[in-house]
Amino acid sequence: MATALAATNHVAMADLKGKVDPDWCPGCGDFGVLAAVQKALVELQIPNHNVVTISGIGCSSNFPGFINTYGMHTLHGRALAVATGVKLANHDLTVLVTGGDGDGFGIGGNHFVHSMRRNVDLLYIVMDNQIYGLTTGQTSPTSRLGMKTKSMPFGNIEAPVNPISLALAAGATFVARGFSAEQKHLTELIKQGIQHQGFSFLDVFSPCVTYNHDNTYQWFRPRVKNLEDDPAHDPTDWMAAMGKSLLWGEEIPIGKFFERTDVPTLHGAEPVLNAGPLTHAGTRIPVDVTRDFVEELM
Amino acid sequence: MKQTFAIGIGGAAGQGVATPGDIFAKIFSRRGLHLNAYNAYQSIIRGGHTFLTIRTGPEKVSNMGDRLDLLIPLNQDAMDRHLRLLTRGAACIYNSDTIKPGVAAEGVALCALPVSKLADITRNKVAQNMLAVGSGISMMGIGFQALEEVLTEQFKKKGEAVASENVGLARVGYDYATANFRPFAWPLPTTGNRYAVLSGNVAMAMGGAAAGVKFYCAYPMSPSTGVLHWMAAHARKAGIMVRQVEDEIGVVNMAIGAAHAGVRSMCATSGGGFALMSEGLGLSAMMETPVVVIDCQRAGPSTGVPTKTEQGDLWQMLGAAFGDYPRALAAPLDIGDCFKIIPEIFNIADRFQCPGIVLCDLLLSEGRLSVDPKDLDFAPIIDRGELITTASSGPNGDGVYKRYKITESGISPRAVPGVPGYTHTAASDEHDEDGVLISDEFTNPTKRRAMMEKRMRKVAGIEAAVPPPVLWGPRDADVTLIGWGSTKGVIEEACEILAEQGISSNQLQIRWLVPLHGDAILDILKDARHTIIVENNYSGQFARYLRSDTSFVPGGNIRKYDGEPFMPHHIVEAVKEQLSGKTKLSVPTHEILV
Repeated sequence: MATALAATNHVAMADLKGKVDPDWCPGCGDFGVLAAVQKALVELQIPNHNVVTISGIGCSSNFPGFINTYGMHTLHGRALAVATGVKLANHDLTVLVTGGDGDGFGIGGNHFVHSMRRNVDLLYIVMDNQIYGLTTGQTSPTSRLGMKTKSMPFGNIEAPVNPISLALAAGATFVARGFSAEQKHLTELIKQGIQHQGFSFLDVFSPCVTYNHDNTYQWFRPRVKNLEDDPAHDPTDWMAAMGKSLLWGEEIPIGKFFERTDVPTLHGAEPVLNAGPLTHAGTRIPVDVTRDFVEELM
Repeated sequence: MKQTFAIGIGGAAGQGVATPGDIFAKIFSRRGLHLNAYNAYQSIIRGGHTFLTIRTGPEKVSNMGDRLDLLIPLNQDAMDRHLRLLTRGAACIYNSDTIKPGVAAEGVALCALPVSKLADITRNKVAQNMLAVGSGISMMGIGFQALEEVLTEQFKKKGEAVASENVGLARVGYDYATANFRPFAWPLPTTGNRYAVLSGNVAMAMGGAAAGVKFYCAYPMSPSTGVLHWMAAHARKAGIMVRQVEDEIGVVNMAIGAAHAGVRSMCATSGGGFALMSEGLGLSAMMETPVVVIDCQRAGPSTGVPTKTEQGDLWQMLGAAFGDYPRALAAPLDIGDCFKIIPEIFNIADRFQCPGIVLCDLLLSEGRLSVDPKDLDFAPIIDRGELITTASSGPNGDGVYKRYKITESGISPRAVPGVPGYTHTAASDEHDEDGVLISDEFTNPTKRRAMMEKRMRKVAGIEAAVPPPVLWGPRDADVTLIGWGSTKGVIEEACEILAEQGISSNQLQIRWLVPLHGDAILDILKDARHTIIVENNYSGQFARYLRSDTSFVPGGNIRKYDGEPFMPHHIVEAVKEQLSGKTKLSVPTHEILV
């Protein structure tokens, strides 16, 4: 994704600072995700005007306002649909989609599944805090069984979705999990996700310090284990990745579960885009072509 | 009265109603005749009852008309339903092996084809169709060569054997009719004109291509799916990215994403899908990203009657998405206008950075009309508005770009992603001039008011950019008929018939619903002696809209909500009963059982 401009204009952290500072609660996991995204863009030297950061609605979806790239802060659950349109109209852009678990797996679940099977070339970062934060603490699609919230005060009776297994089943070609407190590791995963040609799904444990008292930093720290530390882990093995995705409890894997590079991206599979992005195409269709369009009706 | 000739072909879905229809349509248009086709069908792939009406003549044929000249029933059911519609001078061609005619009116010719004696029906189960086409062409006074040409072309994809078999069958039918049936009193003329025959859906798709649409996406939904089909089939030649999306929520948001990146972007649906798009329209308005959405109305509410027409979505369009925002809403007047309206509404949407909605209906979407190819202009005026696509093309005065800069027109220059120096965030939340949210932490009544007023100032600009409606016909008339969108043609013909009966009338047909130009409408109507609003819905949606906007109350209303379009006599009879003071609300009965 690096462009010619990157060679001449150095991209620094200061270039990526948003117009306003994040308004997340002190200690929110999303700070770590923001910093890691900025670091990844600097390390990859991608100019900010070639990046579009697209979100839905929720605490984490305020993300585009806090980073200086082109941004779209869209509707609840719809970021992936908007992002697909952006990428197909101008596939020269680096598209980042940022949001939360309610936005992506709840109201946006349909677009989540279909964007993955289409292999849209973008990085989707879900700041997964297993709770609804901006609406002040209700059960989310990833809240654990039994968890008590304002909307389920007697405990959640619905099994949570497993985002990693779901992504693997839906055909995502890059599937990873990070932890916002593991900065270096997270930055590395973001870089890989941006560089991957196709749909990159990155689920990030991003603790909510205000409403989720179950899945805290203290809860995650002893449990997370880097997949990269396991010499037997083969991220090209889909079945093994599916097996790892089911691990939960005393040991929770983070890192790259799976990647395959042999699937064409959505924009790569459509010959209409062979000549370049649509945004660069001329408006008028050649006269001999339009004449044929009319002729076939006569 | 203008001379026309109408054919009705009825049968079960899957019995081959469409093919004879296509063949007749092609023969008529190649004779330089105008035509209008309307297919009354059902949401069933095999079975049920389909009834295709094709009306032709040397002058413009704007609707299905009141009279059938030739009926071709392909099964007993079609015969039983429609024979009673025929009047003196008409004919019915039928397969006498399988269909019993019943009692026809005086002067109606019953033309029995002994199909099994004329063809080997063990080899070709739809032989009756081609025999009937051949017979009909003979009775219309058209030479066989014209039919042979069209058949050869029609069946060329299926191979020479199929083509020659069909030509052979048609020839047998043609000769049998020449020997046994009386020709129609009015042999079909020819003119030197050539027309394209197309549906409203094809017209809107081609209009999109002409407007420079580069991104089209949709979820299949009757009666809008024809737009998707044309787009998908022609995408690669036209350089358009066409996607089928998981649902209409995804459709509108994907279209907005593409539009935001800088290309013209369009989608089409029907009422149910549009309901799902509603929140997305608000996003387009708030982010000030132009998108064009087509709504092809069908009979609602809910799933309703998917294959039947209605003008029942007007208030959904007016109320779509919460909050106040500028929008443009236009209803095409006929199938040719379906083409023209797309580049026009794109120019409005682009200039004013707001959603544009095209309110079509099944009657136009799936009907077919002959259109002069000159009216399919692939080089219309394209105005993309204040768009910044390169670092040097925009205002960069103080070095700080404000995407939502407050201006007198309400329009702020729009930079697309990828341009160095113009990074900003476009948000669905309320925001200030440089895009920073004023919704959560920094709420601010002064800024909120300023941003609302900025966006709403575009309303005046849109109004100035769109022409007010005009009155057609004599200024001074006994009655003024007011309609909107697809009823243009049928009201026009009703006016002609009323004139022949000594009642003078004129017509005010509304094309732009937003902006409505209420003052101009009031000015036109202030001299009217008697006003009647004609519309294809139950509650008088346009009448209520006009009243809410102008306080105007018409003298009467003609409404129809049975799923079928108006026929001219419905309006003529209703006007007469209202002028005689019998009623102020007429609801005509549709006599054709479909």
